[in-house]
Parts: sequence; C-alpha cells; structure tokens
Amino acid sequence: MSGFRTLLYKEVLRFWKVSFQTVAAPVLTALLYLLIFAHVLESRVEINGLRYTAFLVPGLVMMSVLQNAFANSSSSLIQAKVTGSIIFVLLPPISYVEFYLAYVVAAVLRGLMVGLGVLVVTGWFASLEFAAPGWIVVFAMIGGGIMGSLGMIAGIWADKFDQLAAFQNFLIMPLTMLSGVFYSIHSLPAFWQDVSHFNPVFYMIDGFRYGFFGVSDVSPVVSLGVTSVSFLVVGLATLALLRKGYKLRY
Amino acid sequence: MGVAVSIQQVTKTFGNLKALDGVCLEIAEGEFFGLLGPNGAGKTTLISCLAGLVRPDTGRLKVMDFDVQGDYREARRLLGIVPQELVFDPFFTVRETLRIQSGYFGIRQNDDWIDEILDNLDLTAKADTNMRRLSGGMKRRVLVAQALVHKPPVIVLDEPTAGVDVELRQGLWQFVRRLNNEGHTVILTTHYLEEAETLCARVAMLKLGCVVALDSTRNLLDRYSGHTLSLRLANGDDLPLSIRQQASLIGGYLNFHLASYDEVEPLLAAVRQSGGVIQDIRMSEADLEDVFIDVMRGRDGARERAGS
Repeated sequence: MSGFRTLLYKEVLRFWKVSFQTVAAPVLTALLYLLIFAHVLESRVEINGLRYTAFLVPGLVMMSVLQNAFANSSSSLIQAKVTGSIIFVLLPPISYVEFYLAYVVAAVLRGLMVGLGVLVVTGWFASLEFAAPGWIVVFAMIGGGIMGSLGMIAGIWADKFDQLAAFQNFLIMPLTMLSGVFYSIHSLPAFWQDVSHFNPVFYMIDGFRYGFFGVSDVSPVVSLGVTSVSFLVVGLATLALLRKGYKLRY
Repeated sequence: MGVAVSIQQVTKTFGNLKALDGVCLEIAEGEFFGLLGPNGAGKTTLISCLAGLVRPDTGRLKVMDFDVQGDYREARRLLGIVPQELVFDPFFTVRETLRIQSGYFGIRQNDDWIDEILDNLDLTAKADTNMRRLSGGMKRRVLVAQALVHKPPVIVLDEPTAGVDVELRQGLWQFVRRLNNEGHTVILTTHYLEEAETLCARVAMLKLGCVVALDSTRNLLDRYSGHTLSLRLANGDDLPLSIRQQASLIGGYLNFHLASYDEVEPLLAAVRQSGGVIQDIRMSEADLEDVFIDVMRGRDGARERAGS
C-alpha cells in the first residue's frame, strides 16, 4: 500500500500548498453567504423551530464539504492530464484501487478541512447544538466520498478545463444549491418537494443537519440508506472506469 | 544473459491508424539498444505499451519475464521511463518530486540515492527549487532522475536529448553509459542518428509500425558500407552516361558508392579519360544516417521485416 500512502500524501500536499485558494477561499465564500442570507432572513424566517441562521450554518458547512471534495479530485486529475504529469502516477506499480482510494480520501480530507473552517467561522453567528455528532461525521464522510468520486469521474472524463467547468456548473452546483441548504423542502410546492427527493444531495444535507439539531425533513436512517447506496454506485462506477483505464490508459 | 525486454507480435490501432503492426523484438540484459524511426513510426507507442500506458490490441510484452499487463507491478518496478514530453508537477520542488516518485515505488528512505542522482545530473543546487522555476534543460534532467529513483534494471529514454544543449547531452550520455556499464539495460529512441551510432550496440528501425531493420549497429553499417566518393566537376554534364548512371547527383556533387578504396583510382581514371575536370573531391564513410535513409526508402525493408 506504499503507492496509496504516497499518492494520498502527494494529493494532500498539493492542496495544502495552495491552501489559501483551496481552503481559505471557500470558507470566506460560505461566510459571505451566511452574512447576506442571515441579514435578509434572520428576523423573518424560522424553520423547524430553528432560527434561520442556525438552520443555515450546517447546510453551508455540508455544501462546502461537498463542493470542495468534488473540486479537489476533479481539478487534480484534469491538471495532471492537461499538463501530462499524470504519467508520474500511471508509470509506477499502483493498482487502480489504490489510485481510487488515494484520490477519494484526499478529497474527503479537503472537504472536511473546509467544512471545519466554515463551521468555526460561521458558528459564531448561530447557537448550534450537536444533538447527534456521530451523524455529522458519517454524513460528512459519505458525502465527501460521493463528491470525491464524482470529481474523479469528471476529471477523467473531461479533456479540457471548460468541460470540467460545465460538469461543475450544470450538475454539481444545481444539485447542491437545490438540496435544501438554504431552505426546508417542506416550504416548497408539492411538486418540487417530490423532485427534491430524487436529489441525493438533499439526503446528505438533511442527515447532516439532523446531527446538529435532531430534527430533519426525512428520517436520518432513510438519508443514510440513500447516501450509502449512492456512494456505492458512484464508487463502483469510478472503479470501473479506472480499471478499464478509460481516458487514462489507451 | 537473460532477456530484458521481450515484445511479441504487438499490434495497436488508433481509429484508422495502425500504429504498431506486429512488432517483435528481444532485447538482452545489459544491452544499449537503439530504437530509430521517423516521426509517426510507432516508437513512442511501442514504449507506451511497454510502460502500460497503452494497451496493445494483440501481442505480449514482458520486462525480465514479467508480463506488463498480468504482472504489472513487477514489470513496472523493473522499468524506468524518461518520457518524451517535458512534463512536470508544478506544485513541488525537485527533491519533493523525487521523494514522491520513490514512494510510488515503495521506497521510503531514498535520500542517499536521490542525492547521488542529483549530483550526477548536476541538479544538487536546484534540489529545493520549485519545478516551475526550472529551465527546460533542468526539467529534462529531473525527468531522467524520476525514472531512476527506483534503480530500474531497464531504462527507456524516449528522445531524451530533444531540445537539450550540448553540455547536458554529453553529461547525460556519460551518466547513462555508466549505468549501462553497471549492468542496466538501456533502450534509447532518438532523432540524432550519430548518438545512436556512438552509443547503441544494436539498433531496430521502425517504419509505419513495423520493424524494418534489426541488427547490430556494426552490421548495419557494414551492410550499407563502403564509402562515398563525391565529385564536383566543371563539366559534369559531358560525362558519358555509363559513368553518370553509377552516381546520384546531390547538391552539385556526383556521389559514387564504392565498396572499397580499390575502386577509387579506376573511377577517377575513367572520369579523367572522358574529359571530366574535377573541381572538388570528397570521401566519406557510411554512417547510420545513410543506413536509415536507405532503409526508410524501402531498400532491404521487406527482407528485414520477414526476418525480424
């Protein structure tokens, strides 16, 4: 497993060396969301008996975890592909499973690091509870794993940066923004509530938020089931691509 | 001596392009082997197959008896590849790059060897410099260093001296020669034929994905040997056809291919006798370039292919 260890170390070192951009910047973005939405809505909105800011903070934390996990594996792979430095990891005796694990674990770590940053910075503005911390950790890890895997698929599939940007802007962004980060889906018309139930990100956010307040739109067990199955599907799909060498080995 | 690299009936097609068309080669341990061919001949594809970067449609490749697909871990551990493209990871310093590369091969404490490689490639002063800040020649040296971190018994250099200054080229060859003398098998592709001629004991020439010549460098030179006598005449057109037909006219010179020096005097006599006025006269030995040009024009090609 030395290949895995080194590749993981390299992936973590890669984002850590540019942590101002990869960790600090998304924390600031989340903080801006909080300041603006809290300013506009704090006195007018209450969700599930929670003040709006308290409701929003876990959503922002999880959204940051998800988006940054995706960004990490996808940008690392596309950069390595475009510059050609991908061969440095294709020439050594590293199995496709080690390859997958290293990229996904690094993506999860980046997601958790950003998520923790967002929590620390935005937590000041809300009175948070930690009703069931185990759920918080589990959903953060599974969500990061799903997005890290999706990032790998996108990074492997895309030949150019604009293709990756399209994947990110037209798939990942809508899925995360429309997942209940900023609102409870119970506030939506019935049709859009039903649509939201087909978005796996909704369950990640909802389950994650349950860990804070013990309140959620659907049962956390259901959310855990949906996210676990999603992780399994996306993970196996990524492994299948790697095994085949799709767009990596010709 | 065992077989370092065995390539059997390898074919690879990209779309309509047949990049490799039944290539067979065997390279013995300790050889300094040259892989020559024009652009698009399939050299890099062949090396990529060996490295596991390209999967052949048919055929097998082995490195020291380990299949590059089935026993890929062993095969890759035995192989060090210097890629043709000047690629680098912009996030790391030279030393970090080499440590990481060592780790990929399962080597954790490798600083002694890394220092030795850095020293040999004149990179010690740049060890803690970020890859982005290196010149092209320096980046090339790091690529060589990366291929050597795990002390591979088989080293493949894919046009390592393209765009590299003379000093580095000399230094690089000295180092690679030393590695070869210490027992490493070296496979080299190059466009500089004189490099192949001085370095490689044996050479394969590729054309359109086929091996069209495969022999020791000495034999190839001998086969196309002889000498070329080049004459510039004041009145070349006046020579009788019987003499002109023996020569090819290149750049105002009539080039006569002679098997030995014994043929020089009779030829000069014949030219003089027919009224030729010689303005300039040159003799040259055959070099690998002549062989290369002849082979690529197809002379001898079919036979070699059948025999390879």
